[in-house]
Amino acid sequence: MTGAVDPVIINVTVFVLAVFVGYQVVWNVTPALHTPLMSVTNAISSVIMVGAILAAGAGSSGPGGILGAIAVGLVAINTFGGFMVTHRMLAMFRKKDEARRK
Amino acid sequence: MSANQIAISYLVASVLFILALKDLSHPRTARRGNLFGIVGMAMAVATTLVITKRIDIPLGMMAAGGIIGIIIANRVQMTQMPELVAAMHSLVGLAAVMIAVAILNDPIAFNVVYPIPRGNRVELFIGTVVGAITFSGSVVAFGKLAGLGRYGRIFSSAPVTYPAQHWINLALALVMIYYGVLFVNEIPGQQWPAFMYMTGIAFLLGVLIIIPIGGADMPVVISMLNSYSGWAAAGIGFSLNNSMLIIAGSLVGSSGAILSYIMCRAMNRSFFSVILGGFGGAEGTVAKGAAQTTVKSGSPEDVAFLLGNAESVIIVPGYGLAVGRAQHAVKEMAEKLTAKGVSVRYAIHPVAGRMPGHMNVLLAEAEVPYDQVVEMEDINSDFGSTDVAFVLGANDVVNPLAEQPGSPIYGMPILEAHKARTVLVNKRSMAAGYAGIDNPLFYMDRTMMVFGDAKKVVEEIVKALD
Repeated sequence: MTGAVDPVIINVTVFVLAVFVGYQVVWNVTPALHTPLMSVTNAISSVIMVGAILAAGAGSSGPGGILGAIAVGLVAINTFGGFMVTHRMLAMFRKKDEARRK
Repeated sequence: MSANQIAISYLVASVLFILALKDLSHPRTARRGNLFGIVGMAMAVATTLVITKRIDIPLGMMAAGGIIGIIIANRVQMTQMPELVAAMHSLVGLAAVMIAVAILNDPIAFNVVYPIPRGNRVELFIGTVVGAITFSGSVVAFGKLAGLGRYGRIFSSAPVTYPAQHWINLALALVMIYYGVLFVNEIPGQQWPAFMYMTGIAFLLGVLIIIPIGGADMPVVISMLNSYSGWAAAGIGFSLNNSMLIIAGSLVGSSGAILSYIMCRAMNRSFFSVILGGFGGAEGTVAKGAAQTTVKSGSPEDVAFLLGNAESVIIVPGYGLAVGRAQHAVKEMAEKLTAKGVSVRYAIHPVAGRMPGHMNVLLAEAEVPYDQVVEMEDINSDFGSTDVAFVLGANDVVNPLAEQPGSPIYGMPILEAHKARTVLVNKRSMAAGYAGIDNPLFYMDRTMMVFGDAKKVVEEIVKALD
């Protein structure tokens, strides 16, 4: 029972806990905001850009670097567009008195 | 930055992502939540740029993509949200595949050991395959949602079915897994052919599993692809040993899965029956077995009279309302009624619209205050004590047959509009809804139909209310 823990096991631990947190948090989202939930999770999943940056920034001119650069561009559409459109939607949700004040 | 500092920075970003979702529990805090998400993303990206050798190319590409994203986000109409979300899922899926190829091409650049350990190759297989399916599936879903049916049958909103469809898909999936196993066990340096085959099949499978699903089930499909895009990101996180990617991907994955579940429950259909497809799409066919033939119909002026003299009104909006762009007219009508002392609320069925929560956004866009918009479970018990239920462009979600054993939609939760003292229904014609069955609500003694385009009808009601 000695030796270092395989990184795969650490990853699985993180994964299982994160799914659990996600499950708890998402059930608490009000159904009225399910569309913004989708657009914001969309934006969050674009954190995959981290991988694309590593590929594009490795300084290699091979296929990996080119694919990485393209991936950064594609996912950036998601990052900026996703948060932006979520903001646009959330700004529309107003209470009765707020709506009148406008 | 040391490896530890990077890890801490990624941890903070992960927590911010969790807070972003947590704040969506109420419209009041939701905008702050979005801000948390933005800050988290900025931290994640900035940290990664610090440890990257060349930042000119990533920054340039980011700026280019960012500008496109912002332009699209500002121009998109709220009715087009489902298409936009589908398109964005496809980008995440495609990026996952590209990153996987880059990792396989040059593992050292990603701090992955060369030769790539078997465990990492399993993760790479999962990330690539899920990413590829997400990409091509989302492209098809986008086509169906955007109404691109005329450009190819795969984009048709009607289900595309052929014999042995599911067996063919199963066989393809097995072949894909076979190549996946080959890829995992192949000698380093000779993995490309197996990788190519498995990825190619995954792209094909993405198309094949979405084409049999009809237009009515699109809310489930979008939620499902939302979930897949998250799992793809988590898969890449596994390959890179990056906890933040795993956490973010899992949050998105479970979010999409929960939304799919909620949508299935709202249609009283099992997840598998939706996935297997072949349902819906035959919209506009004349209802089968229309035994009752007489309906009472009235003019917009009659409707205005009934609404104006009611104490309480519940409006039941359906997607027909959004298609007819009648939200603003409806809001005007509601304001007129409120000024007359009539209590007006909106009842929302979970599958009203074409994606989860779509109708809420469409009403919010028309500046309907969110505290007047009530979810199905919270308003159903109030219909019995309501003077008028006004159904606008909704059909199956108010069909009382759902309470009758033996009916095709038996068990589906509905808005109990039929319990109101008077029911007003606006429809363009007597055509059946997605489920293709007749709706007894229309033939009740207490029901009055008002035929015509939703926007025109409501505008006439508004005029008559003056």
